[in-house]
Amino acid sequence: MNRVRTCLVVDDSRVMRKVAIRIVEQLDFEGIEAGDGLEALTYCRAAMPDAILLDWSMPVMDGMEFLRRLRAEPDGTRPVVVFCSAESRPDRIRLAIDHGAAEYIMKPFDGDIIASKFEAVGLI
Amino acid sequence: MTPAELAFVADLVRHHAGVVLRADKAFFIETRLGPVARREKVPGVPALLDQLRQHPDPVLTRQVVEATLMQDTSFFRDRAVFTRIGEAVLPSLAARRGHSPVRVLVAGCATGQEAYSIAMLATDLAVPAGIEIVAVDFGSLPLEKARTGLYTHFEVQRGLPIRRLLAHFDKIDENWRVHAELRQMIAWVEQNLLDDLTPLGTFDLVLCRNVLGSLTPEAEARVLASLEAVCRPDATLVVGAQETPRLSATFTGTGHPGIWQHGPSRHPAAPGRPVPVPARTRT
Repeated sequence: MNRVRTCLVVDDSRVMRKVAIRIVEQLDFEGIEAGDGLEALTYCRAAMPDAILLDWSMPVMDGMEFLRRLRAEPDGTRPVVVFCSAESRPDRIRLAIDHGAAEYIMKPFDGDIIASKFEAVGLI
Repeated sequence: MTPAELAFVADLVRHHAGVVLRADKAFFIETRLGPVARREKVPGVPALLDQLRQHPDPVLTRQVVEATLMQDTSFFRDRAVFTRIGEAVLPSLAARRGHSPVRVLVAGCATGQEAYSIAMLATDLAVPAGIEIVAVDFGSLPLEKARTGLYTHFEVQRGLPIRRLLAHFDKIDENWRVHAELRQMIAWVEQNLLDDLTPLGTFDLVLCRNVLGSLTPEAEARVLASLEAVCRPDATLVVGAQETPRLSATFTGTGHPGIWQHGPSRHPAAPGRPVPVPARTRT
């Protein structure tokens, strides 16, 4: 199948979204952006992405709330969700994993880290 | 770095570690030697090499060789190899060993990620008599780091699944430290791989990955002979997935890239011939 796979990058920082989009595009994903959880949810209802790189702390709807709602959507269990957050306390990371995130990236990150995590969850 | 300076460093590492330095490594060597020059309080790498040429001090020589050869490594590097070790190699060794511990040698352990990866796999398995890991490297600085088990934010995010990070590390300020339980499984030994390894005992699993490919043919033969000398009769030898070392007839391929089985050479007509490996498929 030659369909281009999509990765939704959800982050309230425009700069962070641009950096992440450039990296996922190098990994052969089509990158799409959303500035908060609600915007991301609207996108997912229209077209479910293959992967989601998800910030935690965001205005309107945070990453955890988005993940909870996404999983309740039809086909909402399909996207592989990788958290990407400045939060690095082990108990908080465990919470994200318990809520169904496949992997977790602690900011700051670089291209190698995203590639390594995408490989770990079988996206590449 | 001038060609003469590069040639000088290349001679040092060939002589002291049997390693062939590639010419395209010039930039990378300069970066590695910068900190050595600062420690020695000399103004820059050319001055450092000048000093060494005029006064060939063994301690400084060693520091230069060590810094030049410092290996870049990561946790679970080449995931498929570790999957195979965790799912097949270690369980079968544990079953065969019974009441004696499974002994693992990591030859060229650099900053320790590979040895700790093995230790993590071992904790997943119930190895009745436990596992003993001996990790050997030429460099005292990488070993010092390995021994502390302290890794940066970036290092723990390369190759290490988040669940394993949570299971086996504590967060200390901005860094992460391997649990004492894992650190106690590993003995760190500062030694040149060109020297005799037999004082370390014999091993069930020997890893020497991405080391052999950089050696001179003489050094490679010497390291392979000393690795073979510490392999138990039914040991598994793991080299780099892309490496094709000139192994003796007592090793047979397993069909998994880089993983070789030690045993009596039953097929002298086809010594050490690897089993054909299907091309790696990516999804």
